[in-house]
Amino acid sequence: MTVVGTRQPRVDAADRVTGRTRFADDLTFAGMLCGRIVRSPHAHARIVRIDTVRARALPGVHAVITGADMPVRYGILPWTQDEYPLAVDRALYVGDGVAAVAAVDEATAGRAAALVDIVWEVLPHVLDPSEALAPGAPKVNDVAKDGNVTKHVELAFGDVDGALARSDVVVDGEYEFPGSTHAALEPHCAIGIWEPSGVLTVYTATQVPHYVHRELSRVLGVPADRVRVVQPPVGGAFGGKSEPFDLEFCAAKLAMVTGRPVKILYTREEVFYSHRGRHPMRMHFRVGATRDGKLTACAARTLIDGGAYASFGLVTAYYAGQLVTAPLALRAYRFEATRVYTNKPACGPKRGHGSVQPRFAFEVSIDKIAEKLSLDPIELRRRNLLPADARTVNEFAVRSNGFAECLRRVEEASGWKEKFRKLPFGRGVGVAGSFYISGTNYPIYPNDMPQSAVQLKLDRSGRVTVFAGTSEIGQGSDAMLALVVCEELGVEPASVRVVTGDTDLTPVDLGAYSSRVTMMAGNACLKAARGLADRVREAVAKRWECAAGDVLLAAGYATLRENAGRRVALAEAFRWAEADGGTLGTTGCYHAPKDVHGAYRGGTIGASPAYSFTAHVAEVVVDTETGAVRVEHIWVAHDCGRALNPVIVEGQMEGGAYMGFAEALFEEHGFHPSGLHRGPSLLDYKLPTSLDVPGISSLIVESRDPEGPYGAKEVGEGPLHPSIPAIANAIHAAVGVRIDSLPFTPARVLRALASKNRC
Amino acid sequence: MKPDGDVVQLSLTVNGDAVTVGVRPERTLAEVLRYDLGLTGTKQGCDEGDCGACTVLVDGRTVLACLTLALEVDGARVETVEGLARGPSLHPLQEAFVRHGAAQCGFCTPGILASARALLASEATPTREAIAEAISGNLCRCTGYTKIVDAIEDAATRMRDEGTR
Repeated sequence: MTVVGTRQPRVDAADRVTGRTRFADDLTFAGMLCGRIVRSPHAHARIVRIDTVRARALPGVHAVITGADMPVRYGILPWTQDEYPLAVDRALYVGDGVAAVAAVDEATAGRAAALVDIVWEVLPHVLDPSEALAPGAPKVNDVAKDGNVTKHVELAFGDVDGALARSDVVVDGEYEFPGSTHAALEPHCAIGIWEPSGVLTVYTATQVPHYVHRELSRVLGVPADRVRVVQPPVGGAFGGKSEPFDLEFCAAKLAMVTGRPVKILYTREEVFYSHRGRHPMRMHFRVGATRDGKLTACAARTLIDGGAYASFGLVTAYYAGQLVTAPLALRAYRFEATRVYTNKPACGPKRGHGSVQPRFAFEVSIDKIAEKLSLDPIELRRRNLLPADARTVNEFAVRSNGFAECLRRVEEASGWKEKFRKLPFGRGVGVAGSFYISGTNYPIYPNDMPQSAVQLKLDRSGRVTVFAGTSEIGQGSDAMLALVVCEELGVEPASVRVVTGDTDLTPVDLGAYSSRVTMMAGNACLKAARGLADRVREAVAKRWECAAGDVLLAAGYATLRENAGRRVALAEAFRWAEADGGTLGTTGCYHAPKDVHGAYRGGTIGASPAYSFTAHVAEVVVDTETGAVRVEHIWVAHDCGRALNPVIVEGQMEGGAYMGFAEALFEEHGFHPSGLHRGPSLLDYKLPTSLDVPGISSLIVESRDPEGPYGAKEVGEGPLHPSIPAIANAIHAAVGVRIDSLPFTPARVLRALASKNRC
Repeated sequence: MKPDGDVVQLSLTVNGDAVTVGVRPERTLAEVLRYDLGLTGTKQGCDEGDCGACTVLVDGRTVLACLTLALEVDGARVETVEGLARGPSLHPLQEAFVRHGAAQCGFCTPGILASARALLASEATPTREAIAEAISGNLCRCTGYTKIVDAIEDAATRMRDEGTR
């Protein structure tokens, strides 16, 4: 290995620091109009009448469209298509799109939007998921078959009740996780362009150009071969751009109606209302153990507040239970999860989709057991490790597993043994662990095709071009593809061009979600690159009269093994190969193993080619007078299989730990009783600044996985998970209170301290 | 000030070039840079002064371009991310951001570079705390700020070594 594992600048780094990266809103086209979506001011209301006459009459307005123009339901999962691009008869939350205008500029579009006359019949609304389940609750979404339930899941493995009854210690807890949102710095933006030949192009800030392509075609009735989706580099996503949004349909439709390019850019307020962020969950966890610290069983019951639409909610309901069964081995496990519709912005996937919330509940439960047994919580975890090459209780096949090493690293780096239960009152350390998927074995719409594919073109100048449907959202997937090519073909990074996220130019990749890209596109690229490298080696071997296996491709040269003096520049070697076999191109694709999962219904959800593991230790200081919690440091150890580029891996670990920390102390996606958001701005929605964040130490652990490219597994989402419970457990260690509801605000801490002092 | 007021001539220096544009009084500096001059390196993450992505230098001081009316900077010297590089070579701050992986999605980066540039112009040896303070008006959602502070600290060292600011 000459490139893998070395600290490399990203191939796109120079563009990002010079302002040359062109995000969707940085693009303009001749004659481009500005679109604006008219949104419901009511949490639940029937549209009695929409009159667009006054809006259309305003000079500078080119078109006004309503739900009647696109009366086709869409949704990211084929089983739960339950939303319209614009509401057809009812608006289901404050902010639901109802009409859209296109005008010559932003100001005119804004004025036109205000001139769309809508007669509303305000209907009763419901915001609380428990109330939404009560008899007589207003029906939120017509598509729901059973009241307001999106999905109810019940799964049981082993004799849970018997094991709990036989346990020496059982902890019961109610945990509350409010919603949080992605708040990527780049607001969503889409541009529709219609060509009279019948071709629709949509530029959009998305993580899933392939799914947007499918849904645009279906909803707008334009054949898929005449729809092109281009995804420019995305300014942060975190799951918040992983399904089609109303602006893509509206920009496209307005372009089709006017014949002019139409751009729609969400305001920051619209980003908050469009949401699709972390689901609020109310979780009851019951976990048992023997007196020597062996876990016996876990029973979980979770109520999930979904908002007005399903989004990925069917999967969320499964993830809320499926993804706590490692890194600690459970012998019996049961969960019940119910995702409920409410009249609020729809929730969806946010970094650590569905499993960050139960991870909080579970890891705090483990800490409570350790406390009851007077055991060190790291030691308790050590007594319950799931080994490598094992099956979890819910039958996920875990191959590589570096969790024991993660625990050792954070224990050592944090000085845990000198600190745990030894620090002065007010200061404490807490630990937590987690695991996460590296993509899923099954795609979200059933099909037999590869989950990712890469095409490579190699030309006689010595340049390699990578074509991949992957989405660069800041995580470094373009750099990952370039790295694989450099490793296999021996070219320098400057000789690699990466073309991604364009459905006209690139083969399908399913998108930048569920931490799947390095595993799937990385493997596809590896296959394609090895195919090309073989051709180049053969051409060289023919001329040198040696075996192809004796030709090394590295550092810009083809070199004879064991005779480094014999070498030729790669561009020359490429010319030889082109002369021998014609134009140099290959493809590679990746199919996840399809037969590795439990045989029960839902057993495929969460089944992944490989699992990453993470451990955190957090050190906090709690001010008992103000209730303020300061997280001083987080030590993160993450088993990513293999760090292809340690700079990027650390960046993901730091970013994930930071985002979990932010949810632990600051973030809350709250609503007024009217359904209005409590603070849809980057000032009112509390995000940590550079002055708020803890120091973060990233400790990379590598348990090379047989399925991953060079052994690599995911790093984008796993490292977020333990942040919250590690901080919760550290607060307990510092001041002796358990705070089982997020976020850990000064008010909550003070209340907990007051109630402890009363006892 | 009434909306849609008359177009007014605005003259300023942007990245060393003298430019004159006709703007309405309500036009912001961010809009002039992005829409009238095509300098889209300056970002708009919120358009209400909360995120800092539109931070640029006006006469060497950081301002939020989305909250600054273009006419307020008439005659001023404006510097954006497009003007940071030294001709064909990256500025040491940019090099450090590349080396440290301090830009992930890169949307906040132009604003942070502006804040960092202003800091290093007044303080050649900033502490990590001073760096954190200087960029505290710039939200980043990707990095947790660690690598950004690392990069600015590293750039400061190298700039001292090469004797330039």
